Amino acid sequence: MIELKHLTKTFHTASGDVPALSDVSLTVEDGDIYGIIGMSGAGKSTLVRCINMLERPTDGQVLINGVDIGSLSKKELRAQRREITMIFQSFNLLMQRTCLRNVCFPLELAGVKKQDARKRAMELLEIVGLPDKAEAYPAQLSGGQQQRIAIARALASSPKVLLCDEATSALDPKTTHSILELIRDINAKMGITVIVITHQMSVVEDICRHVAILDGGKVVEEGSVSDVFASPKSDAARRLVFPEGYTPSVFDADPDVHKIRVLFNGDDTATEPVIAKMAVELGVFANIMAASTKTVQGKAYGTMLLGVDSAEEAIRLIDYLKRYGVYAEEVR
Amino acid sequence: MFTNVFTPESWAEAVSVIKSEFLMGIWETFYVTVVSTFFALVIGLPLGVLLVAGDKDGVLPLPRALMQVLNVIINLLRSIPFLILMIMAFPIARLLIGTTIGTKASIVPLVIAAFPFVARLVESSLREVNPNIIEAAQSMGASPLQIICKVMLPESVPSLISNATIAITTILGYSAMSGIIGGGGLGKIAINYGYYRYKYLIMYAAVILLVLLVQLFQSLGTRLAVKMDKRLKNN
Repeated sequence: MIELKHLTKTFHTASGDVPALSDVSLTVEDGDIYGIIGMSGAGKSTLVRCINMLERPTDGQVLINGVDIGSLSKKELRAQRREITMIFQSFNLLMQRTCLRNVCFPLELAGVKKQDARKRAMELLEIVGLPDKAEAYPAQLSGGQQQRIAIARALASSPKVLLCDEATSALDPKTTHSILELIRDINAKMGITVIVITHQMSVVEDICRHVAILDGGKVVEEGSVSDVFASPKSDAARRLVFPEGYTPSVFDADPDVHKIRVLFNGDDTATEPVIAKMAVELGVFANIMAASTKTVQGKAYGTMLLGVDSAEEAIRLIDYLKRYGVYAEEVR
Repeated sequence: MFTNVFTPESWAEAVSVIKSEFLMGIWETFYVTVVSTFFALVIGLPLGVLLVAGDKDGVLPLPRALMQVLNVIINLLRSIPFLILMIMAFPIARLLIGTTIGTKASIVPLVIAAFPFVARLVESSLREVNPNIIEAAQSMGASPLQIICKVMLPESVPSLISNATIAITTILGYSAMSGIIGGGGLGKIAINYGYYRYKYLIMYAAVILLVLLVQLFQSLGTRLAVKMDKRLKNN
């Protein structure tokens, strides 16, 4: 379990003090995939760097399984960091090492014997699906492949927590999807707790179970993804859920209207005109209350908020969409 | 004064001097340059590492006073003109080599002049290393020494080779200058015949050989730097 208690970070610069985090408290349960989302400048990167003390908080504590990370000696902290590894937006692979030697790197740091390290690294390359790239250099790989190598490297020291700092922000939507699937797989199979830092709504929707919304260095909303996204209360959350199509009235609309949130995550089925077909086949005429979708490479990404008049219609609608592989849920 | 350069007598004389002295001159220049570069690297490389790692944002921050002293010493040595530094280094040469004249003795001022230069070159190479990669290594629990040895130095190898090439060609130039005060090699030949005895043909021959040596070192260095750089896709 990771507990952040009253974390505060202030940067002292020549032009004065800049507060990056103020009184952030969060709890991440073991085995969870926890999203921290916010616009740029919200303090996400600072927050994630406080978890492994790459950035020392000005105030507050980081407890990992009850141990205060901030109070560890340098040596203890280095040992602890092998348990909390990290992947990055720019991958940060060692460019003069082969992929295999990149994956071996954390094991080398820990003093693992070369042969054992290579064996473990090959297993990990197998897991991330790139065993054939062992002797290739990072520059010869695509962004998505580089991130897979970085994931293999992050897993080498058998960590308990994986921190993803904007890990998919430099990738195209299709690659993003496959990297997120890999992360979800790793979480499920190895039971590694994952903390995902992102500014992309779709990333949180895709893999996270819990989410915290960070705005101006403060946590403005926190909870399960479906709760927070279904009825965003703070302005920051509403901006994130409907970046283009948000109008405040949507959420204050008639309480008799049943609202259904529909998610398009780039699956093939979403290319069909499901909403229109639904109206014809089901005879349910939903009102599109808000929508923020975009089509990338012929696939739809985004969310839509539909309104129908009765609970019975809402259930039929959700069933119908689920048959098409489109995620939908009723929202209060 | 250039009227008698291409007479048959001067050609004959030049050929005989080239035959008798140039082979030795090339060897001395080569030897002095390589040995001086080696010692300059031995001293300059750790200093360059210290300049980067010991910075207040470096991986192993050192006391500010120490860093300032280091910087002042390096700047001081770099600002003394080489000709004067050679004379100032006489006592040290006498102490280490036992003499101030000759090929071996000229290595001493060359090393003293070159190591601060090398330290700065190493510093600039290491500062090119992507700080995100260093942060990634820190996030994996690397110690400062591990970051220096396993990240900063290996990642900057192509740049270090390029800069070592700059160092070796510069030292080659300096070694020729040491001919004025008793150093050996092609520089001595060029100065003794060209400057003191007006045998310009011999001077030109020596200069051409120096140019060829620089070309040789430079093209070897550039080729090696490119070959070693795994950031280039075709390597």
